[in-house]
Amino acid sequence: MGRYLGQKLLIYSLTFFFAVTIDWLIPRLMPGNPVDTLVSRMALRADVAAILRSYYLQAFQLDLPLWQQYLNFWGALLRGDLGVSIWLFPQPVLKLILDAVPYDLFLLLPAVILSWIAGNQVGAMAARVRWLDNSILPLGYILTATPYMWLALILAWSLGQVAGLFPIAGAYSFGIRPHLSWMFIKDLLWHWFLPFASLFLVMFGGWAIGMRNMIIYELEADYSRYLESLGAPPRLIRKYAFRNAMLPQITGLALQLGTIVAGAVATEIVFAYPGTGYLILQAVLNQDYFLLQGCFLFIITGVLIANFIIDIIYALVDPRIRTGMTGA
Amino acid sequence: MGAWYELIYFAFRNVKLRIGLTILLFFVLAAIFAPLFARYDPNAYVGPAAHPPSPEHWFGTTTFGQDVYSQFAHGLRLTLIVGLLGGSIGTLIGILIGLISGYRGGLLDEILNMITNIVLILPTLAILIIIAAYLTVRGFLVQSVFIGLTAWPWAARAIRAQTLSLRAREFVDLARMSGRSSMKIVLTEIAPSMMSYLFMVFILQFGGAILNAATLDFIGLGPTQAFSLGLMMNNAVLWAALELGMWWWLIPPGAAITAIVGALYVMNVGLDEVFNPKLREL
Repeated sequence: MGRYLGQKLLIYSLTFFFAVTIDWLIPRLMPGNPVDTLVSRMALRADVAAILRSYYLQAFQLDLPLWQQYLNFWGALLRGDLGVSIWLFPQPVLKLILDAVPYDLFLLLPAVILSWIAGNQVGAMAARVRWLDNSILPLGYILTATPYMWLALILAWSLGQVAGLFPIAGAYSFGIRPHLSWMFIKDLLWHWFLPFASLFLVMFGGWAIGMRNMIIYELEADYSRYLESLGAPPRLIRKYAFRNAMLPQITGLALQLGTIVAGAVATEIVFAYPGTGYLILQAVLNQDYFLLQGCFLFIITGVLIANFIIDIIYALVDPRIRTGMTGA
Repeated sequence: MGAWYELIYFAFRNVKLRIGLTILLFFVLAAIFAPLFARYDPNAYVGPAAHPPSPEHWFGTTTFGQDVYSQFAHGLRLTLIVGLLGGSIGTLIGILIGLISGYRGGLLDEILNMITNIVLILPTLAILIIIAAYLTVRGFLVQSVFIGLTAWPWAARAIRAQTLSLRAREFVDLARMSGRSSMKIVLTEIAPSMMSYLFMVFILQFGGAILNAATLDFIGLGPTQAFSLGLMMNNAVLWAALELGMWWWLIPPGAAITAIVGALYVMNVGLDEVFNPKLREL
């Protein structure tokens, strides 16, 4: 198990190294001088442009040799210096991102975990109940094919705008300041529900279909047939099938992380929910490149950490890895 | 020839494939012909602002009085083109890397596998965000290429696994004994044996590229000059379609994407049943 996790850690370190290198390389690969491009696109007053230009020049350090620029980039990164935001000048990018993280986690963790559990349960049930299968399967396909932002828009329009049941923007009402009280928590949950529900529903469709197909496959497998011929109760066979079908679903969760992150970004934009997705939108609208690059690094880091947590869970759940019988 | 007739026979008997294909064809035809019926420039301010559907403007107008139908017709075309291009590029790279890595094995396989694993973990959207942000002028071609460049890893992995199992079969051994070059064996023996699988990979890549492009456009990092369904949703959100309850602007673009991608997924399941005799319902 140690070897297995070690191998995974190596891949993740390489991935992180690769991502940081891309982050450094891309502005320098683009045609022309990145500083001139940035400043000219912002259409500022001449004096402001000059200030910004000198700031960018200093930040990019284009006068240094390339290898030194690269090392300095890593140095700044390890010190937690991601530059200064242009949108909310002069706040540091790191602070903006750290402020957004709690909202991301508050939205994503419950949506991912609950949809995964519910999808697996319903999918497993659909594999043996005909009428459920006939309704869950088409519904599941429609849900996984739905772009996250569109479901979010539909929910916001129908339940928020037309029915007036839920607010459609922000993490809490404009009138109140964040503090610890029942009123605030209720307000927070009330604003949280629609973005959560739209993320939950899209993911749920995918997990339900995946589980249903896996269970059907497992019930056809030799060990199920063997158990059946021994006269084992169907409940027991289904339990084994469920356990075996769980493993690919855990791997699937790791593979889906990238898509989930993209979905969360889009959903936060629809609901103006103050997580990283909202930061990205503001960074795009305000040509705030350091903020954009900071969000990029933050997403990569988050996905890598989540991958590693899933690997640990997988290693704990899969007896073959637990006992060190296989490396991957 | 007999095998082909049988496949076509089962293809037309398969309900899922028929439904999926019908919906897809409908939207492909709409993408080709709908812009011809658009009476207005999608960018021009041609009517009263925020007006619901009317005989004059079939899908209503935007907050600024642009014709939603014209935007939808042109957006649908671009969305399908980007999906097709991005999906093709992703599939081709996946096939190339999967076949080479699975057939050659050894050190090359190790290296390609490592690259595949790294790109597989990297969230596509994050990379696309950073690239799109620094490109001053973005065309749909650039977008398709980058979507394809980041979407191939799972395809490569799956095709590699298939190649590995095919490589050990007798007919491939026979071909190798006959002294044919590796290149020829891969192209004439291995690739044709998994043609049906490759086709299904392409369909999933097609759907994935459409969804990726829509998300990117929605964030505001899509093509800078053209109209797409994702960009329509981006504009709708930025210009308060939600607050003003302009459902005619919010619903069509996403509904079209859902229908197209859903049709592709259902087609994929149908094709699986057609190609795999075990799954056929007789």
